[in-house]
Amino acid sequence: MVYWHLFVAFFIPGIVGYGGGPASIPLIEHEVVNRYGWMGTQEFGEVLALGNALPGPIATKMAGFIGFEVAGVPGALVAIFATVAPSLAAMLLLMKLLLKYKDHPRVQQMTSFIRAPIAVLLGVLAFQFFFMSWDDSGVVHTVVLVGTSLLLLEKFKVHPAIVIAGALVYGAVVLS
Amino acid sequence: MDFRKQWHIFVAMLRANLLGYGGGPATIPLIHKEVVGTYKWMEDDEFSDVVALANTLPGPIVTKLSGYIGHHVGGLIGMINALVAAVFPTAILTILLVGTLVSFQDVPAVQGMTEAIAPVVGVLLIVMTYNFLKQSRQKVGFWGTFLLTLVSLVVLELLNIHPAILIVVLMVIAFSRRPEQEREQAQQKG
Repeated sequence: MVYWHLFVAFFIPGIVGYGGGPASIPLIEHEVVNRYGWMGTQEFGEVLALGNALPGPIATKMAGFIGFEVAGVPGALVAIFATVAPSLAAMLLLMKLLLKYKDHPRVQQMTSFIRAPIAVLLGVLAFQFFFMSWDDSGVVHTVVLVGTSLLLLEKFKVHPAIVIAGALVYGAVVLS
Repeated sequence: MDFRKQWHIFVAMLRANLLGYGGGPATIPLIHKEVVGTYKWMEDDEFSDVVALANTLPGPIVTKLSGYIGHHVGGLIGMINALVAAVFPTAILTILLVGTLVSFQDVPAVQGMTEAIAPVVGVLLIVMTYNFLKQSRQKVGFWGTFLLTLVSLVVLELLNIHPAILIVVLMVIAFSRRPEQEREQAQQKG
């Protein structure tokens, strides 16, 4: 029974939450805190804050942690499955359809029209990160980090992994 | 089964997700680097289609991307492999570390590290934004891109309308317009 509840609690945010994992967090909170009462609001907030300090997708980290708290390893697996599977199945199906008709002029027109809105979405997300950095570490550090990483990534074609590792060192040494 | 290929899928997804701070969407540029750059499993254009579709559908973006790419490269096993690499390490870290992290989150060095990541993620996303705009310009020309960008900004940021609604409406408009291939070709040349 608890597995079924876990499945439902993570299945619903997974199919109604648009805009990726972070957008589905409030929906997960509603299920976990209000509907099933597995956690209080404060505890949920703490787990979320700590989850954000770790790398990787946030929705599956939350699903894994809450599933594990509620019903151990099988619980974690059920919650992660419910988060991932429904939207992935839809993705595979529609992408197959899109690839099948991709040479059709109307379909080409369709995919060309949505480049700009996706650019806007990514751009807005980028500025959220810039402003967050501005608030947390000030203008100077933000400009230094943005300028350096842009130069390294685009001009010298350094792998993002190395740039990120460098930023971590900078943060630990300079920003602490 | 091609073990080498499966190993590459695993490494690509693990690397991208272990370096992706700030949730799934921030990981997209890192996945792009692995898929289009390092392993050349897809062209830039196809990857953009996959990102666009993943944005239109509900649910977490990165698991849709990882799962699809895994399936594209290595079939069903590739899909499971990619998902495991994308999801499990960080989920396990969360389960193991949440207790310990409480005592570490106020350590200045740890705070500094989280702060320094944000602008780098911003740069990765801006580069990706630029790529999408460039592709858009190749496909619908400068003014078409200008108009679509402006409309998207107003609809998404000023009117706060959900991106999925905007994308679906644009797709319907684009699909029902009569294709003007001659004009498109002329624009692609110019």
